[in-house]
Amino acid sequence: MQPLLKVENVTKRFHQVVANDSVSFEVMPGEIHCLLGENGAGKSTIAECIYGFYKPDKGSISVNGEVLDLDSPAEAIRHGIGMVHQHFVLVTSMTVLENIVIGTDAATAILNLQSATDRIKAICARYEVEIDLNSKVWQLTVGQQQWVEILKALFLGARLLIMDEPTAVLTPQESRRLFKIFREMTGDGMSIILISHKLDEVMQSDRVTVLRKGKRVGTVVTRDSSKSELTNLMVGRDVNLNLVRERSDVGLPMLVVSGLHAANDFGTDKLNGVDLTLNRGEIVGIAGVAGNGQKELFETLMGVRRATSGRVMLADQDITNKTPREVQQAGIGHVPDDRFAEGLIPDFDIQSNLVLGVHRDQPFARRGFLKFGQIRSFAKQAMDEFAIQAPSAQTICRTLSGGNAQKVIVAREFAQASRVILANQPSRGLDVGVIEYMHKRLFEKRKEGFAILIASEELDELLALSDRILVLFKGQIVGEFSHGAVDLERVGLLMAGHFDDAPNPNADRSL
Amino acid sequence: MNELFTETILIAVLAATVRIATPLIFAALGELITERAGILNLGVEGTMLMAAFAGFAGSFATGSTWAGLLAAMLAGAMMAFLMVFMAATLKVEQVVTGLALNLLAAGMSLYLFKVYFETQSMPMTEVMPFMPIPYLADIPWLGPIMFQQKGLTYLAFLMVPAVWFFLYRTKWGLEIRVLGENPKVIDTKGMSVTLRQYGAVIMGGVLVGLGGAFVTIGSVVRFVPDITAGRGWLALVIVIAGNWRPSGILLAALVFAFLDALQLQIQGVGVDLPYQIFLALPYVMAVVLMVLKSRGGRSEQPGRLGIPYFRGER
Ligand SMILES: Nc1ncnc2c1ncn2[C@@H]1O[C@H](COP(=O)(O)OP(=O)(O)OP(=O)(O)O)[C@@H](O)[C@H]1O
Ligand SMILES: [Mg+2]
Repeated sequence: MQPLLKVENVTKRFHQVVANDSVSFEVMPGEIHCLLGENGAGKSTIAECIYGFYKPDKGSISVNGEVLDLDSPAEAIRHGIGMVHQHFVLVTSMTVLENIVIGTDAATAILNLQSATDRIKAICARYEVEIDLNSKVWQLTVGQQQWVEILKALFLGARLLIMDEPTAVLTPQESRRLFKIFREMTGDGMSIILISHKLDEVMQSDRVTVLRKGKRVGTVVTRDSSKSELTNLMVGRDVNLNLVRERSDVGLPMLVVSGLHAANDFGTDKLNGVDLTLNRGEIVGIAGVAGNGQKELFETLMGVRRATSGRVMLADQDITNKTPREVQQAGIGHVPDDRFAEGLIPDFDIQSNLVLGVHRDQPFARRGFLKFGQIRSFAKQAMDEFAIQAPSAQTICRTLSGGNAQKVIVAREFAQASRVILANQPSRGLDVGVIEYMHKRLFEKRKEGFAILIASEELDELLALSDRILVLFKGQIVGEFSHGAVDLERVGLLMAGHFDDAPNPNADRSL
Repeated sequence: MNELFTETILIAVLAATVRIATPLIFAALGELITERAGILNLGVEGTMLMAAFAGFAGSFATGSTWAGLLAAMLAGAMMAFLMVFMAATLKVEQVVTGLALNLLAAGMSLYLFKVYFETQSMPMTEVMPFMPIPYLADIPWLGPIMFQQKGLTYLAFLMVPAVWFFLYRTKWGLEIRVLGENPKVIDTKGMSVTLRQYGAVIMGGVLVGLGGAFVTIGSVVRFVPDITAGRGWLALVIVIAGNWRPSGILLAALVFAFLDALQLQIQGVGVDLPYQIFLALPYVMAVVLMVLKSRGGRSEQPGRLGIPYFRGER
């Protein structure tokens, strides 16, 4: 059988960074081909080259034996290549329909989108997707936004779909659904290039090409491989996928939240009386489907969002509605979920981003002047510890790979916090090696007596880390489980808002 | 004060409002298309001024206001070309570029005027004639206010629905609006961002040029330095006050024009107040509107206004 896509010796440089170093691989019709590699290994870059968004410095890319003259995505689209980017490319103020139709033959000189509607509806029906074509993209959940991206590609007639970390932002249910649909697509003869850090997903592919530091280190048939072989190929060493939890002595309450209420940017109530306690030396996990108030909870605790009522106590200090700087100086670190929008200043370099917030304190500044020597050496150390891959501490964060950008944030907040760490989806987009390291550091912090709050959509991660798991639903804590006594079935039901068979004193309040 | 509000005077003020609104509508609609494409062109004033001069010069040289009109549109397009070349191709800071265009236009129009027209005593051109529309012009009230105007005025008002239709009902309009929100969408669909930016900005420049033409050959026989007198700046405010929508822009332009017309009328009648107060009226209103605007309602401002697009970014 002739391969659908052939990538031969593609090299792509960004100034001194060699993002892809003579990479070759093939994708067969009907295949799910996984690209696996550490953060910064060059997965997104090779994908962008195939899509024609970046122009390779060397090498060739051919579809069905025909070499593409890739200069813009137009050529790739003509050859049936579609791509869903790691960070969505949508116009959020416009409708789903407009986002899908723009730039296609359905956008006739004088717009008549009705005929397109039927075609899109047919695609939706084929894959049993329900989406209101006339709603604005900002009104959709992240999962639905992803569907808009996929529909964009399908509507353009994609036969090869490149998905760059599609499940990083999805709930486990949504991810499972997506994989079922992938299989239907390949059944229809389509091929999929999938980029993912989640090994469970990688194991569902047909073949895996592993990249390390821009080079291909191998292509394996998934069936004949294993998670540990793959991680070994990818990281170059064994990664402990199951961390050993040490016992830790849970101490006195550190952060006590009572009756917290807050609204989102559109004035809708998102926290409806959250009560929770974080004790010293304890990791508390927040389980919940995205959009149930996680973001608002973390922002309100950090002083970025106003609490309309309720109280936040840090030890015996009232920090309700204090400014973010006061909260931070009280010893709380925060990893937000939107890395480029809230966690970083993308146009600043790594070292500046690493000291952001403490830049005007000792040892990074004296009498109002920054001390660059200190900042640089601190940055070097942090980059080593978290394996932040970049040419230097002066690299602009915008050019970092998604995972490396996340590491900058995590490194900064871990260093700055002295008592409490609040992390919303901290491992999103990180490779297994870095996650392993981050978890190790979290356990160290826990041992040092930190109180840690983590929200994650990965139940496995929460199970491994948390001393207690709280379920957040519609802005309320609707369930609590201590480590070792977690009933996954019940957690899932609570997350979905089914309280009937899971009696809980809070449950009736939110109904 | 009584004679201020007789019927004839009221009609005269409203007719003047429509006339004064003409260049504002053109310029604001031109800037609207430009900004919807994500490019902030602060050089509206300069573009209008160059177009006003070109209209005058072209009309003077050929003796035809039509040729003047064409020259004004060309001048508008050329100024816009400079803007978009700097913004889209060189990706220079747009605010600075726009301000520089104003300086350029102020200097260049003055220079050219001195070189070519200073020697002649009182150079004058034809002025576009009034074009009452048969039957409609005879409607009481509405007739004298709306339908006894010049061709360019009718065109300006027709441009409001036309620009709306273009932006919201054609594929080019959709693409321009997307450019202003997220140019990467255009790029990842295999379409040229730069090409579309050039198209939108130059189209906008032509409209601004029409506004400039109205200031000279549409209204008066002469050109004087700085004849546009801040109308371009007002157009920028109108785009914001009109919330980046054609209908809002029409409304805002009419409000400003009305204040100006009123101010002229009051000055004419001679009210016991320093006339500067009335001169300032539209601008005071502009500030008030901006303040009100900042405090409520959903802004339609293009999300990527003024930010250059680079493919390599993320
Ligand atoms: N536009 C750019 N300018 C400069 N350097 C870049 C650019 N894009 C990527 N790089 C660099 O190229 C390397 C590969 O990046 P890439 O985004 O392909 O990694 P990745 O494998 O997708 O990682 P992740 O899993 O974190 O998303 C990184 O070192 C990154 O810093
Ligand atoms: Mg990537």
